[in-house]
Amino acid sequence: MRNGVLGNRQPSGLEIEARRQTVRNYLLLCTPALLLLLLAASGPLLIVVVYSFLEPGEYSGVVWRFSGEAWFNVLFSRDIFDDTVSLADAHLTILWRSVRLSLLTTLLAFLLGFPTAYFIATRPASQRPMWLFLITIPFWTNLLIRTFAIMEVIRNEGILNTLLQALGLIDSPIQILYTDTAVTIGMVYVYLPLMVLPLYAAMERLDFRLVEAGYDLYASRWQVLRKVIIPLVKPGIVAGTILVFVPSLGAYVTPRVLGGGKNMMLGNLIELQFGQGRNWPLGAALSMTLLVIVAIALAYYVRSASKSDAND
Amino acid sequence: MIDGQVRKGFSVKHLPGMTAMALLCFLLLYAPLFTLVVYSFNAGESIALWEGFSLRWYGAAWENEAVQEATVRSLIVASFASAISTVVATMAALGTTRTGRYRGRTTIYMMINQPLMVPEIVTAVALLIFFAMIKVATGYQGLAYLIAAHSAFCVPFAYLPIRARLEGMSLTLEQAAADLYASPWQTFRKVTLPLMMPGIVAGAMLAFVISLDDVVITEFVKSAGQDTLPTYMLGQLRRGISPEVNAISTALLAVTVVILTAFFVLNRKRH
Repeated sequence: MRNGVLGNRQPSGLEIEARRQTVRNYLLLCTPALLLLLLAASGPLLIVVVYSFLEPGEYSGVVWRFSGEAWFNVLFSRDIFDDTVSLADAHLTILWRSVRLSLLTTLLAFLLGFPTAYFIATRPASQRPMWLFLITIPFWTNLLIRTFAIMEVIRNEGILNTLLQALGLIDSPIQILYTDTAVTIGMVYVYLPLMVLPLYAAMERLDFRLVEAGYDLYASRWQVLRKVIIPLVKPGIVAGTILVFVPSLGAYVTPRVLGGGKNMMLGNLIELQFGQGRNWPLGAALSMTLLVIVAIALAYYVRSASKSDAND
Repeated sequence: MIDGQVRKGFSVKHLPGMTAMALLCFLLLYAPLFTLVVYSFNAGESIALWEGFSLRWYGAAWENEAVQEATVRSLIVASFASAISTVVATMAALGTTRTGRYRGRTTIYMMINQPLMVPEIVTAVALLIFFAMIKVATGYQGLAYLIAAHSAFCVPFAYLPIRARLEGMSLTLEQAAADLYASPWQTFRKVTLPLMMPGIVAGAMLAFVISLDDVVITEFVKSAGQDTLPTYMLGQLRRGISPEVNAISTALLAVTVVILTAFFVLNRKRH
């Protein structure tokens, strides 16, 4: 049914008309979903674009006057007294922290997720759903609950510090909570299933005869991993990387809870503009900045996915 | 090559360290959740010292009026959101799978999956601005905003399992029904709908869980005094973690696990 009504021969005028009618009906079926999404998801994004070019209102909201100031303020700041322009250090620090912690999170999630996906994919077929289910439970568990759980582990009086002290490895608790380390640990914990699932999907299809062929040709285990397995599961690696990197970059709850007030990420900086900062246009411009970075990452993903399709 | 076969000496599937790392990973995933659950049953005030088993924090949470209100609100929003998103997602799934490719289908896919791609914080900000305009214009402050926002971001979660189900169904049974003079509506009611039901139920369950769990969008969209359970918990955090929050977390965790297990069993029967 891939070709639908048309089949392979030349269609007659009547058939074209019939098909047009069917397509119209199918489009009609999609309308409610599209309307809902337009109203409460995609449409409002356009308003954010408009807001990023307005002036901030005195208390909140905007004044309807065109201004490029918000976009300027994303990266630069102007001195109140003599109008000298300098780089906005606070914003750059937060932007850099967001990118750095997200990359670190992605790397750590990969180092933990790859063996896990490999482990599940090499279990007998009857056991795999059970192992996968164990990955999906944390994945569907409330993000806030998982962040709380990690918080309890790494607190000064938490299990980790208690355990290390009991073992005599440290004398006084190490301050992990409210540091960048805490945010990274939290994000790895929260987004790890997003790395495992696509990696597993790729490994499940891995043809182990190719691995066997590698060994037959005297490859070492390391060579087989690097030259056979990793290239074959590359689409899964790319998908997992994107799925972890994108939400990390936009993370809001985890840095708020585990980073305290100080270790902000982009998401928290955006929120600040709509709360205490009272600068909605700047918040809008920062949101768009985040969206553009995410769009670049997704475009890279789509390109590499279509490339690997072409190679098949 | 038999799956998982362990031969003496050499197995092509074996890579040193992989199993150890994987088991460590499972341990890391479950240890914090396990701690949270255990400490919710702690008798003492502290969440560091174990002072014996007790249900007192569950009692405290149960009697807390703010928690009751937030729970009811969460359930109302999640019920409406999962119902609305499942209905529109079912229609959209029918509209995108029961035919060949047509122009614009890729755009429709992208629109439907959009909530999965745009960072939540960006959508949250966009909705804050948009709904603030409507609130000023109409004066209406009710739950409809939360329900609309939740319905929208639940659409892809409801849509994907329904579409997966439909893609696995051939058109033969529907064609047979049409041959037997069933009207299109009868064919849909008596053939298509029952066949796609497992997908619909799965989609509705996922949408319900997703709505119940949402923090970021709810935090930005809610009007004053419209806390759901997750935003209430986030607000409590300013006073530090209390065992009561642990108890609420554990209860929510239990709900998620029950729904997921049902989902898992449902999926299993299909294969």
